[in-house]
Amino acid sequence: MDNIEKLKLTCLHDLHVALGAKMSPFAGYDMPIEYAAGIIGEHNAVRNACGVFDVSHMGEIGITGEDAEFFVNRIFTNDVTNAPDGQCFYGMMLNDEGGVVDDLLVYKRGHNDYLFVVNASNITKDEQWILRQADGYRLCLEFMSEEMSELALQGPEAERVLEEVVGIPGADLAFYTFKEIDRDGDTVIVSRTGYTGEDGFEIYGSHPFIRQVWQALMESGRATPCGLGCRDTLRFEVGLPLYGNELADDITPLEAGLGIFVKLDKPDLVGGEPLRRHKSEGGPRRKLVGLEIQDRAIARHGCEVLSPDGEVIGKVTTGYRGISTDRSICMALIDARYAKTGTGLSVKVRKKTFPAVVVPKKFYKKSYKA
Amino acid sequence: MIRYSKTHEYIRVEGQKGYIGISDYAQKQLGNVVYVDMPDMGDELEKGEDFGAIESVKAASDLIAPVSGEVVEVNVALTENPRLVNVDPMANWIIAVDIADMGDLDDLMNQEEYDIYCLSESH
Repeated sequence: MDNIEKLKLTCLHDLHVALGAKMSPFAGYDMPIEYAAGIIGEHNAVRNACGVFDVSHMGEIGITGEDAEFFVNRIFTNDVTNAPDGQCFYGMMLNDEGGVVDDLLVYKRGHNDYLFVVNASNITKDEQWILRQADGYRLCLEFMSEEMSELALQGPEAERVLEEVVGIPGADLAFYTFKEIDRDGDTVIVSRTGYTGEDGFEIYGSHPFIRQVWQALMESGRATPCGLGCRDTLRFEVGLPLYGNELADDITPLEAGLGIFVKLDKPDLVGGEPLRRHKSEGGPRRKLVGLEIQDRAIARHGCEVLSPDGEVIGKVTTGYRGISTDRSICMALIDARYAKTGTGLSVKVRKKTFPAVVVPKKFYKKSYKA
Repeated sequence: MIRYSKTHEYIRVEGQKGYIGISDYAQKQLGNVVYVDMPDMGDELEKGEDFGAIESVKAASDLIAPVSGEVVEVNVALTENPRLVNVDPMANWIIAVDIADMGDLDDLMNQEEYDIYCLSESH
């Protein structure tokens, strides 16, 4: 296995291996897919108690300087201008056609001081895109992905575990806010965010600090180690998109149903013009929908979706046998004319075709803490 | 007599009849099985071709026919309870076939050979 040597390792890699995790390459990193509890056990731990994920592969980019706020508001779809420091935003960067360069979290650390947290699979692309857009602005860009590690502590017990095991109170943080803490001279960022549909926190810090937190969590036995396998089933069940599946350079946020995160009234927004045009022309031609298959068969990424006449009208983006909900469900990007809830369609899985019905894509009701 | 393929299907041979399933090693690699896509009675399998699929939470894997032959039984219990494959993959075979050519068994592995094969795969 020659390619293993070229894979990057997070600062917790040896600890994952020692726990007996199944490891697999993801976005250039050798990442844990599941541990002893397995995907279903880990998924349920997050829904019912508390799980912890090593998400150190995610990318971090600092944007500061005199023009930072104007620049961020220009390349990021959400509006960061009228928010207090300590606010997180979900949104996207768009290309000139209105397609999605990446979806990301933006942390407003202060006036003209922003942190972007981007998908591991897009770090290089995002850095190059930002550098290209930055031409002519007074900015300081800091690419920090290699130096920063990150944990996601998720589940209804996350707040108590954070306070009692990690020693960081979380009760003062509202959903989508963060604070910065000094730990032995290192800056630690803790936000009430996550991508599982549950309450929880994301913790950013130096490699030694994150190792210390992970080991404390493992010794306490109060957070189940969770791999990327259940990270995907958890986000999928609550209808959250994954870049590369529901989002891509040639998929717009309007097609993906993420219009509320795109402030089209911002005149300078990169990629805003084509989206305003789509909107005035009656909306996108394709839409991301949920489908429930009337069988146990599972439609995976790439399976064709057929109209009642048997015409191919789109493709499945993610599909599973639900864990919190025992149904065969998938998300699919299809011709908008067939996107109405209740529409009867069919899905081709290998050689067979199964009936499917359009359903809301929040397959499982989330329980965030406000 | 039990024989294994390199793609981790087993075939338990009783006379002319072969019960086909996936090995214990394979079910452990897959993790929780959530769906088994099976052929219909009377379908003709061709050695080396896929005859269905087995799905864990995370992915689908093709089932490859270790021999050619006609499907004479389908384990319908797996339709409602696919997890039986994890519980006991030997007892919970997927299909039974009428083996067309006993010579198809010649290039399959016996238990000892298969155990060594799995070790070399999981190194």
